[in-house]
Amino acid sequence: MNDKIIGKLKILADAAKYDVSCSSSGGKRKNENKGLGNAEGMGICHSYTEDGRCVSLLKILLTNFCIYDCAYCVTRKSNDVQRAAFTVQEVVDLTINFYRRNYIEGLFLSSGIFKDADYTMERLVRVAKKLRQEEKFNGYIHLKTIPGASDELIKEAGLYADRLSVNIELPSEQSLQSLAPEKNYAEILLPMGSIKNQLVQAKEESKLFKATPKFAPAGQSTQLIVGATAESDRQILQLSDQLYKGYNLKRVYYSGYVPVSTDSRLSIITAPPIIRENRIYQADWLMRFYGFDVKEILDEAQPNLDLDIDPKLGWALRNRHFFPLEINTADYEMILRVPGIGVKSAKKIVSARRFAPLHFDHLRQMGVVLKRAKYFITCQTRSLQRQDFDSEQLRRRILFGEGSVRSALLTQQLDLFRQVS
Amino acid sequence: MYFYTYDGSFEGLLTVVFEAYERQGWPTAIEPEQLAQPSMFGETVQVVTDETKANRVWHGLKKRLSAAALESLYYTYLWEQSGFERLIFDYARLVFDSPESVEGNYTAPFILQVQQIHKQVHREKHRMEAFVRFQKTADGLYYASISPDFNVLPLIVRHFEKRYADQRWAIYDSSRRYGAYYDLQHTSFVQLENPALTPKQQGKLSSDQYDDSETRYQMLWQVYFDHVNIPERKNPKLHLRHIPKRYWKYLSEKQPRLQ
Repeated sequence: MNDKIIGKLKILADAAKYDVSCSSSGGKRKNENKGLGNAEGMGICHSYTEDGRCVSLLKILLTNFCIYDCAYCVTRKSNDVQRAAFTVQEVVDLTINFYRRNYIEGLFLSSGIFKDADYTMERLVRVAKKLRQEEKFNGYIHLKTIPGASDELIKEAGLYADRLSVNIELPSEQSLQSLAPEKNYAEILLPMGSIKNQLVQAKEESKLFKATPKFAPAGQSTQLIVGATAESDRQILQLSDQLYKGYNLKRVYYSGYVPVSTDSRLSIITAPPIIRENRIYQADWLMRFYGFDVKEILDEAQPNLDLDIDPKLGWALRNRHFFPLEINTADYEMILRVPGIGVKSAKKIVSARRFAPLHFDHLRQMGVVLKRAKYFITCQTRSLQRQDFDSEQLRRRILFGEGSVRSALLTQQLDLFRQVS
Repeated sequence: MYFYTYDGSFEGLLTVVFEAYERQGWPTAIEPEQLAQPSMFGETVQVVTDETKANRVWHGLKKRLSAAALESLYYTYLWEQSGFERLIFDYARLVFDSPESVEGNYTAPFILQVQQIHKQVHREKHRMEAFVRFQKTADGLYYASISPDFNVLPLIVRHFEKRYADQRWAIYDSSRRYGAYYDLQHTSFVQLENPALTPKQQGKLSSDQYDDSETRYQMLWQVYFDHVNIPERKNPKLHLRHIPKRYWKYLSEKQPRLQ
């Protein structure tokens, strides 16, 4: 029996790993029934895989049998892989026993679609229900919503899960149609909208009645694949922006496409676009935490992010007229826009300058990284650079160090080499 | 010149602050009794821990500091690195002697240092919450042993109480030789010293003490860990940044594969 579970776990963890979402934060589920688990407060990464990703949840598929044939997906019907399916009880046992040993924060359950959407969704809900009701489990549960599942099932899922997600899969409807002919944007956006409405409704009701049952207290997220199709970074970020604003998503995850298929419908790549994925995440952070509008990050003239430098530095180099910024008087919002200065440093600066005028030594002691920032700030009108540089010179100095003569082209090639090797 | 000694407890250290103010004798050094060297010059004051005096100092600090800053001071005590007593004293003195709040004044060296220590200790606390791996024993106890860089066991107890309210568990700090034990009602701190064991063996569990299911779940966890990895994205540098090698000893997924 044990061997059978091991075999299933191998197959169904393998099949789930391309879903990059790992977050276990944002829930407010407390252990109030002297049961097992607690999902209030911040998430915890209990381990890290060798590819450097956080392992926070037991992330598995209920089954990798699937009636769909999406070209980018390892679980697609036409792919010749081993298939397996967990029973509801097997998933419950694994979750509880991993959780009790402090291996995980909870469960992230997704599934291939077998029979039809409702049939699959009903099984997923049953796992969550059993964990909550029979095992008194208060850990984190993230359920994937199957496109096309009925409203009632989604509503029930939200009663047990902390987070729900519907994957938008690809950055445009056109790509989705060519690679996943059984799916369409309408079928994906419909449940997303319905979850959003439920979230709003539960929030309104909880203001009126204290005992309103919680609905997915950690909100909803989605994922899209980067690099399998030809969309520009601008298109991708515009879509994210719409999803954040229109559907109140907590997170959009970007998954650099790992070639799992030689399907002729796909663009041919040899390695996952890891640097591009990283730059998109940085841009996503700028939109969510740094007050940037998507139009400031990319526009028609520049539809793709610069792979060599982070998007905040890119913005600063295009907008030199805002700089240099006097650290002792500038608004917090502008300090946040200085390349290399993050939220924590900006807060420390604003706190410390109430007591004494700051100079560069203060910043260094506080741990503010000046490598990039020094070109964009002054402390009591003093600057660390003796001469003015134009944006191109600045870019080169930051990339290759002061006095460097290497050309940008060379590192681009090195970058390519790095991506391939 | 005043040399203060105390019993090593946080209350004792707060009593030192009280005594120093009472005699207006600012410390040249503050040391635990058992470590103190007799000094030829100056006066050595052996401070006896006094709860009333400690409380007066703590309440004085409470009036002038936020909960977060008080926490930082306690974290500095648990940091245990050389000079922490002096740092807590200097911080307290600055707080008492300044007419206005000094919180957030990162231009003052020991305020900045206490803030940085808070960050270090907090990170270690968080790592212990993440990297503790319980092993289930035959009598149903979930047991883990740790040896953290700083004395964070008192800080993580609340987290595990809330999370594992329905199971008996114990976490043992093998380098400081004490543990926390939760009996389904309360958590108590216990010493399990067994002189026959070397420090390295202290608090280690042998597999014949395991519950029948223990090896199986360790194995399943290893299987899961291996299969959630994407080999095409291998990134050893990032991996090591997240779990430095000194933490591997806790992690069952980083041990030789079970058969």
